[in-house]
Amino acid sequence: MSCCSPELPEVPTEIPDVEGPLPTTKRGLGDLSLTRREFSKHTAIVASFLSAAACSTDSMDGFVKSRLREMDRNELKDLISSLERKYKKRFNKDVQVRATPAAEGVRFAYALDLSRCVGCRRCVHACVKENNQSRPNPDGDHNNPIQWIRVLEMNKEEGVDLAHATPYYNPEEVPREGKFYMPVQCQQCENPPCTKVCPVQATWKEPDGIVVVDYEWCIGCRYCMVACPYGARRFNWAEPYLPADQVNPNMHVMGNRPRLKGVVEKCTFCIQRSRNGRYPACVEICPVGARKFGNLLDPKSEIRSVLENKRVFILKEDLNTQPRFFYFYGI
Amino acid sequence: MDARFLRIIMQFALAFGLAAFSIALTTGCDPAPAKASHKAAVDEADPVHADKANLPPAELGLPPNPLNMPNAASQTFPVPKPPISNEMWPCSSCHDSPEEVNRTRRVLKEEHTNIVLHHDEENRWCLDCHDATNRDVLHLASGVTITFDESYRLCGQCHGDKYRDWKVGVHGKRTGSWSGEKQYLLCVHCHSPHSPHFKPLKPEAPPVHPDQIR
Ligand code: HEC
Ligand code: HEC
Ligand code: HEC
Ligand code: HEC
Repeated sequence: MSCCSPELPEVPTEIPDVEGPLPTTKRGLGDLSLTRREFSKHTAIVASFLSAAACSTDSMDGFVKSRLREMDRNELKDLISSLERKYKKRFNKDVQVRATPAAEGVRFAYALDLSRCVGCRRCVHACVKENNQSRPNPDGDHNNPIQWIRVLEMNKEEGVDLAHATPYYNPEEVPREGKFYMPVQCQQCENPPCTKVCPVQATWKEPDGIVVVDYEWCIGCRYCMVACPYGARRFNWAEPYLPADQVNPNMHVMGNRPRLKGVVEKCTFCIQRSRNGRYPACVEICPVGARKFGNLLDPKSEIRSVLENKRVFILKEDLNTQPRFFYFYGI
Repeated sequence: MDARFLRIIMQFALAFGLAAFSIALTTGCDPAPAKASHKAAVDEADPVHADKANLPPAELGLPPNPLNMPNAASQTFPVPKPPISNEMWPCSSCHDSPEEVNRTRRVLKEEHTNIVLHHDEENRWCLDCHDATNRDVLHLASGVTITFDESYRLCGQCHGDKYRDWKVGVHGKRTGSWSGEKQYLLCVHCHSPHSPHFKPLKPEAPPVHPDQIR
């Protein structure tokens, strides 16, 4: 196990693959997870602490719940109904938590047309609403607004140049003369460096290609954030702020259910929607039709049309992360 | 489908990816499309892929067969309701006497004063698209009439490349389910037919700068 590796990863490709079969021991969650998270919160990212935190859980068997990834159907059912009860109480409305599994013969992929995108950020905010991200807290000291999509503004003259891109542009109207826009979110890599560095395997790639996080199991070490070459993961530094009237009650256990302080989160291709046949919220909202989504294995899908008819590129190809998120120029 | 197949797609994508990237770098990847690509071709969009056998005779330059329904055999797509304003529909509620059509190009003063053509206007007049005798339909250059929920065929006459991309889901947008029923937004859901340039938008709020996070 790489959980006791003493160093922060620098080069993702050198991290040993820990994605093999997982140990089958059941571990406790419940309040324990908080303890683990608190633990790492109060420490800097010091590896010795981390390994202590990760390993300390080994000795705490006997709790009812297990990690999401190891649960059988009955355990999932129990978890879901306890979550639904908990959220119903917290938000004072009916909440549906699903655990829809990956469908056979489905590999999700995404494509984004850079010649259409106008940088309007409709996607960013639709994503926040759909996925129950922490909102700006109007009166708290711990402001922790979280957005999974970042739209970068760049100069047409320079082409794709991440070093000189800004997400903070705010003119009256977009697109601005001489600029183009590149939204970046989790690239759902086929070969994800983030999952490999997780010391507790709280993040992994699902059979349909979606990279997910077990919020209860995440210890908040943020190795994955360092390993991600796309800056696509977000950390809940403060207690997430999610007013009841803004909660999206259609949830998935591995997706948009409320997060806890001290855990990492990221885009899941709207797993609560996509696994039920719907387009992700960002695709649905896009006013220019720049966002394409579908099953790579379906020859009639829009995504296959893009791959077959347009020249696509991927970000940071040389890292061999093999994103399932393509960019193209529809012109 | 197996992993090998997937790999082939990926290699394909990667190979082109490199090419596209270098093109992007050398050309400054100007997303503004070349205006030169507009040619006012009169036949229906796609000479290569259009299934000619499916086109009505008039679109093939043949005399129309009176027994044929105008569009029965042509390719149609599921679309949402055309965005025509309710108070204007049906057009025939006012345009009810085809004999009295004024075909001259002029500034409209009595009605439709909000419509100003900014769409190749030197070469175009309303009745190039709207049918003079039945105002509830559009007509193609061939004279074939089509309903408003097929207006993509009208646009496709001159914008063959975009029409082709739209048909396969690359240009424009589909709603519904990625795995099932879909609807294709009409060209006119995004482009006003009278002034089709895509209008600039007000951006939503930018992210909070780290300096401003308490
Ligand atoms: C390039 C083809 C084209 C030309 C030229 C054109 N139109 Fe249209 N027009 C359309 C199409 C297509 C629609 C249907 C839009 C929709 O589905 O909402 C339309 C819709 C309309 C409508 C209904 C709009 C509403 O929603 O209230 C009116 C009225 C109209 N046209 C009048 C005119 C007039 C007057 C002119 C000339 C000044 C003109 N059109 C020129 C294609 C054209
Ligand atoms: C309220 C009555 C009314 C309705 C409804 C109406 N029109 Fe008109 N339309 C007029 C009048 C009146 C004119 C002549 C305006 C002028 O000459 O200044 C006109 C002119 C036009 C013209 C210019 C060519 C010509 O015949 O003079 C077009 C094209 C046109 N209408 C299309 C439409 C279409 C398409 C619709 C339905 C979407 C529609 N109109 C609905 C009243 C109407
Ligand atoms: C008879 C030919 C013809 C038809 C039919 C036609 N167009 Fe055009 N269109 C042109 C030409 C020529 C131009 C370029 C000149 C201009 O922009 O005015 C153009 C320009 C455009 C542009 C680019 C505008 C810009 O400045 O960015 C759009 C978008 C467009 N058309 C959409 C449509 C749509 C939607 C339809 C169907 C309702 C349509 N066109 C039907 C000939 C046509
Ligand atoms: C989901 C919205 C959407 C739909 C649907 C859509 N377009 Fe567009 N189209 C755009 C956007 C956005 C642009 C880029 C506009 C820009 O850069 O100013 C564009 C650009 C264009 C251009 C201009 C390209 C150039 O050379 O300047 C044409 C022509 C065009 N579309 C035709 C069509 C036709 C024809 C259809 C239907 C078959 C269609 N569009 C459907 C959003 C749409």
